[in-house]
Amino acid sequence: MPKPSANCPNCGAPVSFQFSGAVQTTCPYCHSILVRHDVDLEKVGQVANLPPDVSPIQRLTEGIWNQRSFVVVGRILYQYEQGAWNEWHCVTNLGESWWLSDAMARYAVSKLVPLPPKLPPPGELKPGLRLDLNGTRYEITSLTRARYIGVEGELPFEYWDKTECLFADLQTADSRFGTIDCTEDPPLLFLGESVPFDSLQLKNLRQFEGW
Amino acid sequence: MAPTSPPPASVRSISCPNCGGTVELRGMGRTVSAVCVQCLSVIDTSTPAMAVVQKFESNQRFQPLIPLGTRGKLRGELYEAIGFQVRQLVVEGVSYAWSEYVLFNPYKGFRYLTEYNGHWSDVYVLTSVPEVSGEGRSKRAKHLNENFRHFQHYTATTIYVMGEFPWQVRVGETAVCDDYVDPPRLLSSERTGNEVTWSLGEYTPGATIWQSFQLKGAAPPPVGVFANQPSPYKGQIGKAWKRFLFWAAALLALQLLFSATHSNTFVFSRHFKFQPQPGKTDNAFVTEIFDLKGHTSSVEVSIRSSTAGTLFYNLALINEETGRALDFGREASVSDHVVLPAVPSGRYYLRVEPETPYSNIGEVQYQIDVRRDVTTWVFFVIGLILLLVPPIFASLRSSMFEGKRWQESDYAPTSSEDS
Repeated sequence: MPKPSANCPNCGAPVSFQFSGAVQTTCPYCHSILVRHDVDLEKVGQVANLPPDVSPIQRLTEGIWNQRSFVVVGRILYQYEQGAWNEWHCVTNLGESWWLSDAMARYAVSKLVPLPPKLPPPGELKPGLRLDLNGTRYEITSLTRARYIGVEGELPFEYWDKTECLFADLQTADSRFGTIDCTEDPPLLFLGESVPFDSLQLKNLRQFEGW
Repeated sequence: MAPTSPPPASVRSISCPNCGGTVELRGMGRTVSAVCVQCLSVIDTSTPAMAVVQKFESNQRFQPLIPLGTRGKLRGELYEAIGFQVRQLVVEGVSYAWSEYVLFNPYKGFRYLTEYNGHWSDVYVLTSVPEVSGEGRSKRAKHLNENFRHFQHYTATTIYVMGEFPWQVRVGETAVCDDYVDPPRLLSSERTGNEVTWSLGEYTPGATIWQSFQLKGAAPPPVGVFANQPSPYKGQIGKAWKRFLFWAAALLALQLLFSATHSNTFVFSRHFKFQPQPGKTDNAFVTEIFDLKGHTSSVEVSIRSSTAGTLFYNLALINEETGRALDFGREASVSDHVVLPAVPSGRYYLRVEPETPYSNIGEVQYQIDVRRDVTTWVFFVIGLILLLVPPIFASLRSSMFEGKRWQESDYAPTSSEDS
């Protein structure tokens, strides 16, 4: 698959895509947020200076989950009262879009559920609420009001002008994981699994001095 | 394309916004609270503002047994101790304080150690929700097919903090906790506000902690029995009973082998009548002579009486040739027997003297049988009783250990209201 490429409309630097389905990316040089229209890129914003990174994951980190290899191509960074977390956007060898979240060094892989079952409205979500989703019983374990801080790299949708976002995290008795993302209407549902760091067999990680 | 920001250093120092003292940060941006130990301030490190969010007081400066900044390998993973808190619970006016350590690895994340009276547990936060069922004594929590028994419901209050935490820590903050045990594991739920966090701990000997973190001296010996402390007697009971079964079977085989070699033959069997008469005290008579053959062996004399509990028999087995008598009084009720262990061969007779304090009981019929070379079960029974000692002892020790464990729970065998 030839990787699409174009030039940054702001600084002219070449911008290439790892993920053919990417709708948005950031210019690695001038940090402009760029949205794709067929072959052209449009600058829609500028990434604010992101706080110092804490995740061992970075763009081009590779890993394996469910016997499929994936590569990290972008991320969304959120902040909430207990700190910050990253939603790393990954692309699999089959071209699927996955999310690898790193919240306080707790990792989970999830995918967007294209046709989700009917979800309660955001106002009715609360910790302890149980939901039957695709035949599995999930429980809302936390509600998080987060502040969108910034984006980096390739994303499967336009995502750059958010403010407050509400997320409900879901868990099961067997470490399955889900998120109801109320930034859209109707809310988006992501389902996946909490994963121990080692099980992802990650390569091309950041190196931490002294570790 | 990779981010070009330099890798963060392992330890970063900031100045306490309150007192200006140095606060070392080891959490590499992962933590959201840090404590200045000079002025006892909690600093919010989640934002660049580094605001002091709490100044607390403590009448005691607790010292962590694992100095913050110490690294150690736990279950093959390297971790650094970066945070320390002391929490307490109060039961009937008595407070119990324990320590919790925050361990950090920039890849693997956070792990925790708890310590109370020399008992350590290695703890991590679960990514699943255990299923709780039952109430009171039968309350259980199930995690990945493992059942845990409810141990204690309590409110934990943070009374002292040091170092860094991956949550907004505050002194005085409370959490409502429930502990469930399946030694050596302890499953814990902690509710703050309306969020519940489940964690799983594994009992870890202090010596392991000392070795992992290369601490000086020796680990303080544990005091008492802790909730998830594995019982040293667990498995021993089963083993002791297995050993018992083995030896009991061996003993039985030996007994059966012996009994097969016994001839067990009837040598004498007679029916008698006894009519008590007032005033008559001497009712003694002798039986006819019978032969006891073969090598020196046992003789069993048994009496069956038609009346219960009213007759006494003074018996003697007498050798006709030597006149040697073996006396054995019997207080016979319905039936009784006596085994004379080693009787040489020869011609013998019995002297029988029935007695009764009652004169109005009418005629009593009784039968006397004599058997030669009988199988005795007495040694077998004694052997069996001796063999029972170790398994019963193991069971007792085990139940004493479990008693001490549950004494500290909500389900103490002797409730404190009674004491």
